[in-house]
Amino acid sequence: MKPERVPGRYIREEDLRRLPGVIEYTPTARYSYSAGQALSEFLRGLKDGRILGKLCPSCRRVLVPPRVYCEFCFTPTTEWVEVTGAGRVETAVISYIGVARERLEKPEIIGVIRLDAPGHAENSFDFAGLFHKLCGVTEDDVKSGRVIGMRVKPRWKPVHERVGSILDIECFEPLQPREVV
Amino acid sequence: MVGVGWYGFKPTVPELSFREMMFEAAVRAYEDAGVDPRRDVDAFISCQEDFWEGIAISDEFAPEPIGGVLRPTMTITGDGLQCVGQAYMMIKSGAFNVVAVEAHAKPSDIMSPQEIYEFSLDPNIRTLKISNPLFQAGLDAVAYMRRSGASREHLAMVAVKNKVRGLLNSRASHSAKLTLDQVLDSKPVIHPLTRYEIAGFTDVAINVVLASEDVARRLGDKHVWVEGIWWATEVGTGAVEWHEWGRMPSMRLAALGAYKLAGVEDPLRQTDFSEVEDRFSYMELLSLEELGLGGGGAHRMLESGYYNPEGGYPVNPSGGSLSMGVTLEATGLSRLLEVVLQLRGEAGGVQLKDVRRAVVASWRGPPTYTSIVAVVSRD
Amino acid sequence: MVGVKSNIFVKDKVAIVGAGLTLFRRRLLETPRDLAWEASREALSSAGLTLKDIDCIVVGSAPDAFDGIHMKGEYLADGSGGFNKPVVRVFVGGGTGVMVPVVAWWHVASGLCKTVLAVGEEKMSHAYPHPQGVFAYIWDPILERPLGPNLIWIFALEMRRYMHVCNASKEDIALVSVKNKRNALDHPAAQAAAKITVDDVLKSEVLVWPVQLLDISPVSDGAAALVLASESVARRVTDTPVWVEGIGFTLDNTHWYNRDLAYPRYLEYAARMAYKMAGIERPWREIDVAEPYDPFDYKELHHIEGLMLARRCEAPKLLKEGYFDRSGELPTSPGGGLLGVGNPIAAAGVMKVAELFWQLRYEAGARQVKKPVHKAVANAWGDLMQAGTVVVLST
Repeated sequence: MKPERVPGRYIREEDLRRLPGVIEYTPTARYSYSAGQALSEFLRGLKDGRILGKLCPSCRRVLVPPRVYCEFCFTPTTEWVEVTGAGRVETAVISYIGVARERLEKPEIIGVIRLDAPGHAENSFDFAGLFHKLCGVTEDDVKSGRVIGMRVKPRWKPVHERVGSILDIECFEPLQPREVV
Repeated sequence: MVGVGWYGFKPTVPELSFREMMFEAAVRAYEDAGVDPRRDVDAFISCQEDFWEGIAISDEFAPEPIGGVLRPTMTITGDGLQCVGQAYMMIKSGAFNVVAVEAHAKPSDIMSPQEIYEFSLDPNIRTLKISNPLFQAGLDAVAYMRRSGASREHLAMVAVKNKVRGLLNSRASHSAKLTLDQVLDSKPVIHPLTRYEIAGFTDVAINVVLASEDVARRLGDKHVWVEGIWWATEVGTGAVEWHEWGRMPSMRLAALGAYKLAGVEDPLRQTDFSEVEDRFSYMELLSLEELGLGGGGAHRMLESGYYNPEGGYPVNPSGGSLSMGVTLEATGLSRLLEVVLQLRGEAGGVQLKDVRRAVVASWRGPPTYTSIVAVVSRD
Repeated sequence: MVGVKSNIFVKDKVAIVGAGLTLFRRRLLETPRDLAWEASREALSSAGLTLKDIDCIVVGSAPDAFDGIHMKGEYLADGSGGFNKPVVRVFVGGGTGVMVPVVAWWHVASGLCKTVLAVGEEKMSHAYPHPQGVFAYIWDPILERPLGPNLIWIFALEMRRYMHVCNASKEDIALVSVKNKRNALDHPAAQAAAKITVDDVLKSEVLVWPVQLLDISPVSDGAAALVLASESVARRVTDTPVWVEGIGFTLDNTHWYNRDLAYPRYLEYAARMAYKMAGIERPWREIDVAEPYDPFDYKELHHIEGLMLARRCEAPKLLKEGYFDRSGELPTSPGGGLLGVGNPIAAAGVMKVAELFWQLRYEAGARQVKKPVHKAVANAWGDLMQAGTVVVLST
């Protein structure tokens, strides 16, 4: 039977620590990312409490988040278009763990939101969207699937707390019945 | 190669993100080639390394700005010339006709470049806490000088030749009106190399479109042939003790492979000029030796003026990395770009006359021992 | 390009003639270079070749941050036989493992290399406090990272979407984990082989609902290698070369939250490319055995559909019927996959190709699938739900 031989020796953490020649190292890797033209404007918009998209003159879709090119048409985008921020939840999950796999004190609900934006066909495969936290929904809303398809809108941080970051939106929350954005 | 495009060649490009730079370079390359990336390009290869980009899995950002979304797109972690090598193989296999290659560098976004170089060292070497992680260049320089008889003056001459030449090149942001005395009087940064002999960094994005012969001829007359290309790694960065100090066997092997494919036996006579690795002054001379372009001794040829722009065999007529800046993994493409512009008569202030064929050579820089060589020509 | 015929008769037919791998475990004593060497040595000796016989080297390894060294490919080069030889490293996130044979393919098909040693290696155990932490840096620094995402979030979002669109339950999906971990009991390198039930999966730690601990593959150290050769060499080296009939690869856009996650269209594009090259028109009928990438249980179903081995949303039903079992119509992950054998990212994909290599030669022993096998397909996935890499093999 193949493979005939499988080399390798398992070692436990404690035993590894006791071996000579174990080197610990933490790299220093610091970067200052240029946001570029599209995202700089987008972030400025967030500070003002607006969600901005950019229009592709070829396919006529408004892309959110905005980019200087439409990656499908490979055409430079032209006008800035503000979208209402309202949308519907495509998918949502409940996280019990943090970035380094530590257990969170309070679970977080995150989702992908399909935003209302001109140019996109109903239920199209590609859409204008954002990835963000969801609030005002319960764990049961998520597990039962009620949350999918739910209409939501951004809950903005107060003006003085906004700095030009994706976190200027605190989360997306359900629209009240008959609420219009 | 049927099209080239670039954006940047400046110490910083603050107005655009790296993705936007990639887009600009790609648009120009496709325009130059006369191709629509969404229809005519069969594959897209990007050459990038995570820790230059600051993103773990930088491949994620490759497709969008270069027109590669939902097309065959992938990333090789290597110098841009290695990607050109992949494109060459892909086209030769018959399964691909047009392949776009991109590489970019935004060292101005990196706040801790020295620490990232340190991070590329074997962990055992890191424990030595050597203050400058590029020290290997110094070790090679000393060994090279001792073996070949080249002196500090010769190394300084390379710096002067290239940095002064760069003043004529609009793509050379690190050029300077330098004199031999200025270099020799300067203190070494990595012994024996002074600050003038170590290339600085530059931001750029470069895109090169390659095509099979049929397609190239259909697209027009501007094409430049890649007659041969090869690469080699002498040893890995975990085994630098086994490197042959003062030599670059990887470059010699890469050259032999490229020359074999191109049918070149006497490169000094069968090619007209070359763009070679010069991010450290001694590397230009060592490269020339390993490329078989050193004649009786590269340093002697340099001294005689043979490698000057007006000499018998111009070397780095663009001003090299010393005046254009090292563009991380786009360094090989920077050298290639200069060759393509020369051969097409579009090199501007640094244009040579009557050149038809050139050698391009790149090394991935310390602490690696990986080199790539190509032979490029026009009809 | 429009109007230009691709030469479908490639210069040199390419075959896999040898394969080898190391143990896959949460932590191995061996260093990254040692691992690459061990796997390479196994692959070479299985082919009856030595390093002298190898012209070119292709290395695959995923984020440099795991092993803890920048320009990881250069570090692994000599462990993979890169002494004065051409070496390239490919890196398309998790798609790397199958990208390695794809790139090796054109090394040979171009006529430039007669033999290639293709190695996938990963040493995730170097990362402290937990390799998961490395995934903090795969995100867009401006739009995504500030939200503090954990990699599992994105899988959970995709899994939930798939469940919603296809009306698949957690029980349906957990059967993949049960199948693969059971299959892995017969794999000598396996890290996570076990006899578990759907109930065990549903009782395991909830990480990011709907993803639970037993839905996902483990973190691993390991390496795997293949030897590829041109036809003339292949026929001298072995009686049963396994031909690489088709290769495919695609990258979808970076904005993964701008598209429907229920279906991996990037994989379909890559699969079509590979099937076209291999002359396969009805993969669900012509493919005998498959190794779809399975870092999470639902992903295997996702990929089975993307590889067009089942219709959209049909995979869970077929799974329940035993269609994908070793004794079934179209066995998938007969070796145990990532869920059972382990997931040292780049090595995992190579391991899956190696499994098909052995299956097609009837050398898989207790893992050998019941039906006769002739054509196989493997895929890997990577980046932010973007990369599809596919290889079609046949005897």
